[in-house]
Amino acid sequence: MKKQGPRIDTLTDLFAAAYRIEADAVTRYEMLAEQMETHNNQELVKVFRDLARAEGLHAEEIRRQAGDIDVVAHAQRIGGWQRGDSPEEADLGTAHYMMTPWHALQMALAGEKRALAFFEDIVKTAKDDKIKTMAAEFVEEEAEHVNLVHRLLRKYPAPASTWARDNDPPASQ
Amino acid sequence: MSVINLQQSCKPADYKSAVKPIWCPGCGDYHVLMSFTRAFAQLGLPPEQIAVISGIGCSSRIPAYTNCYGFHGVHGRSLAVGAGLKVTRPDLTVIVASGDGDGYSIGGNHFLHACRRNIDMTYVVMDNRVYGMTKGQPSPTTEPDFDTALSPGGTGVSPFHPLVIALASGANFIARCFSGEPNETADILAEAIKHPGFSFVEILSPCVTFRPDEKEWKNLIHPAPVATTNDPARAARRIMTDDGFNIGILYRGDRRPYSPEFGTQGVDLAELEREFEQ
Repeated sequence: MKKQGPRIDTLTDLFAAAYRIEADAVTRYEMLAEQMETHNNQELVKVFRDLARAEGLHAEEIRRQAGDIDVVAHAQRIGGWQRGDSPEEADLGTAHYMMTPWHALQMALAGEKRALAFFEDIVKTAKDDKIKTMAAEFVEEEAEHVNLVHRLLRKYPAPASTWARDNDPPASQ
Repeated sequence: MSVINLQQSCKPADYKSAVKPIWCPGCGDYHVLMSFTRAFAQLGLPPEQIAVISGIGCSSRIPAYTNCYGFHGVHGRSLAVGAGLKVTRPDLTVIVASGDGDGYSIGGNHFLHACRRNIDMTYVVMDNRVYGMTKGQPSPTTEPDFDTALSPGGTGVSPFHPLVIALASGANFIARCFSGEPNETADILAEAIKHPGFSFVEILSPCVTFRPDEKEWKNLIHPAPVATTNDPARAARRIMTDDGFNIGILYRGDRRPYSPEFGTQGVDLAELEREFEQ
């Protein structure tokens, strides 16, 4: 189903949406870190906590860029995505108790690409030049994030196809 | 209809408890929990005005993860507890949470009569078509060809059709949601809570551990192609002929909800107590 984001009519809306994307990502990565903690996958706990911290820094950066605009309050007012999750919220359905850092980074990559597409769409469709210019700036930032995840993925190559094999599987199937 | 205080300004996080869920990573129930808290915040319901009642199973752990009143009860009896609570405390918003095993097998009979009584509460069933907590046995909604070591060759038994049964039994609001669409699910839950009478919301919530094939559901779901109806015959035809992946509000009835006054009008409670003492 198509994901519909908040309406971007003003520069304030744009900053609020950008802030919300990062803030939602923080909440989601923290949730995934907690899930991995419950299932004692410590390596993944660290990866998800690091991703949450990185997204938190991005959110703070947007708040700084917005200057006098109260992005936190406006992000509450503009509402969220009508369908599904906001662009950088990792898909909870793809989590697995034996997943590896490579899988976590693939989740992050997909999120960054969705955010990139969200801002590219605004650049294409916005009529206000200020919104267009700022959205183009966000496109650049998201492109940097995509590159960063690609760099991180070089540290964590794809696991063997047997990564999900559990010698003590949950069911006798 | 439940008392809804729209003056309150609540955030979804206000409804989450400090207890961390222990569902498997990837479980659809995480999304359902999010949808619960988003729906409560959307309605501005104070946590102390909500009671989340459940039975037994993975999905029935949900009351512990909310900050509302809760009762993690007996297997299959969540509706009986919820109905009792609602008739004695009609001021509370009662949400009953269950799974397909708890709700349709052990609790199947309660399901029929809860629909029939039409008490003003919301019944949410997280359907993953398997008993997850007890390690993968077929449930009433499992497909007949679910072939595993626990059910060699499949059960060969046609699955239960909860929405049709709810409609035939008198539920006043019927909807189907998908856990992977948490915002739409939250909107539908909010509508279900606001609607007078017994609201039934089935949420397709994949079990990634015992039914990894259900990861495919996100590609199968689609919005219901026609608007909600209040005509039970039309709703029955639509539900009977859909593919099981139609998402949306499928029926909104206008039956008068049961209220405790129906049975107690003109009864002197003190006299009843005296009769018991005799």
